[in-house]
Amino acid sequence: MRLQAVDVRLGYGDRVVVDGLDLGIEAGTVTTIIGPNGCGKSTLLRALGRLLKPSGGEVLLDGKRIDRMPTKEVARILGVLPQAPTAPEGLTVADLVARGRHPHQTWYRQWSSDDEAAVGEALSMTGLGDLGERPLDELSGGQRQRAWISMALAQGTDLLLLDEPTTFLDLAHQIEVLELVRRLHGELGRTVVMVLHDLNLAARYADRLVAMRAGKVVAAGTPSEVLTESLLAEVFDLDAKVIEDPVAGTPLVVPIGTRPHP
Amino acid sequence: MSTALAPPRPPAGGARATYRRRLLVLAGLFAALAVAVMLSVSIGAKPVPLPEVWQAITAPTGTENDIIVRSLRIPRTAIGVLAGIALGVAGALMQGHTRNPLADPGLLGVTQGAAFAMVLSIMVIGVTSLYGYIWFGLAGALIASVGVFALGMVGGRGGGPTPVTLALAGTAVSAFLYALTSSMVLMDEQAMDVFRFWQAGSIAARGGDVVWQVLPFIGAGLLLALINAPGLNTLSLGEDVARALGQNVNVTRAVGVAAVTLLSGASVAACGALSFIGLMVPHLIRPFSGPDHRWLLPYSGLMGACALLLADVVGRVVARPGELEVGVVLALLGAPFFIALVRRRKPVRL
Repeated sequence: MRLQAVDVRLGYGDRVVVDGLDLGIEAGTVTTIIGPNGCGKSTLLRALGRLLKPSGGEVLLDGKRIDRMPTKEVARILGVLPQAPTAPEGLTVADLVARGRHPHQTWYRQWSSDDEAAVGEALSMTGLGDLGERPLDELSGGQRQRAWISMALAQGTDLLLLDEPTTFLDLAHQIEVLELVRRLHGELGRTVVMVLHDLNLAARYADRLVAMRAGKVVAAGTPSEVLTESLLAEVFDLDAKVIEDPVAGTPLVVPIGTRPHP
Repeated sequence: MSTALAPPRPPAGGARATYRRRLLVLAGLFAALAVAVMLSVSIGAKPVPLPEVWQAITAPTGTENDIIVRSLRIPRTAIGVLAGIALGVAGALMQGHTRNPLADPGLLGVTQGAAFAMVLSIMVIGVTSLYGYIWFGLAGALIASVGVFALGMVGGRGGGPTPVTLALAGTAVSAFLYALTSSMVLMDEQAMDVFRFWQAGSIAARGGDVVWQVLPFIGAGLLLALINAPGLNTLSLGEDVARALGQNVNVTRAVGVAAVTLLSGASVAACGALSFIGLMVPHLIRPFSGPDHRWLLPYSGLMGACALLLADVVGRVVARPGELEVGVVLALLGAPFFIALVRRRKPVRL
């Protein structure tokens, strides 16, 4: 287990969102957390990335309590990309990606050839090699999202946590981002945990699905184990048929809804 | 995505050109400051030509000009440079930490803290010398901003203050202190007199002692600002991203607030309320520095010193034979200038 939540209780102030949750992330897998709005997916991801301190239980990174490790050391092992991050105006793509090297720098040694190489690699990995000098605010939504992922890549971490990396993107750009995630896993052996809303894309791009409802893990396993008609009813209160995706062979969710069928 | 598997490109030529351009701007700012310093030592109620200024510095013979240059112009220019650097850097730090383009150092309560402590020292202890007020002003500024930081922490999530709680706490503390100060000066004529001049903001008639008094505080503040720059760069991507990059957000905030307090506290105590520099200078210089605080902070400092000295020189010549306080000139020139800036371009999102 690379990353583990043991009996964690999470919340904001007095409001408890997640209580008594256990979850393990195995090395070299792509895990996707799904669940209805407000079920605590993002909260769980923030806790796994030590952005939120559990009020009970503990989060373990490689067997060690993450909150007792120096935060800069954690940042060299684990990268987190929060939901819809914002950058100051005028920041160029290359400057944004370069800030991903922060955990490898000290204030008296700001830039090294390792940093240079990591930034160049992260930019070309995300296909942004030619856009380095462009301000972030001039890019399209998909390019901007890739720039942020590129920053997380430049951090050079084995583990990557992505909170809804496809929000606000059209379908083509969603696929583009998820293909990139898949390549990180396939070519670089990275371990990825994401939160996604689109169940069909989650089924296609994840090795493991974790379904949550009301702060609890309801089911975890391969996409075909988790995405069943009964689970969709239980987790999402959704009446749906699950068929086989004609392209990938993964489960495909077809909601039934109330619109009359021909 | 066809370029995805290409080998890493060699370092982009664009990045190197940017670096060269930034060094050039730095050199330009140093040159501008040198010009401003020369104007400041030579122009005034009695103009002293530059050769004579040079003579007064290197080989004084006790002439009238020598005395003017050595005991009036040089201390005045030195305090202008120090306060200008301090306010420019403090303004850029403040805007960076709050991610608010309209933030200025006064937001932390330093100005009202200094005013309150100075007036209190006059009324209660009977301090009469300028050097005496400065210590009290500095102490007041430090205490007020520590109070604001502590109050901001109470409202913040996760143990640290947020930009919003800091701004709210700063406004509340400032308003409270201002009320106390106003009621005190209404009761005490002597305090009222000092307060009036202090509030206008001036760098005239400060002897060399004042320079040495504030120098250690400003030096320490600049060192903290320098250390704070990389952390502030990560914070400008949002607190979550900063934490993800291994930055201790609360420590970074505390260092930033300490730097702002030392810098603006020292200059407010020495020169009074010089409001516009900290607000305006970072806006003027940002098109040249971009959002990288490692460049923005030094640029803002140099620019702040230029602006303060030039405004002071203007104040010496527009109302001859009298002088206009530099704080008044800054407000008169600064306000329309700032409005023009806002109208020309949309305000920068930080």
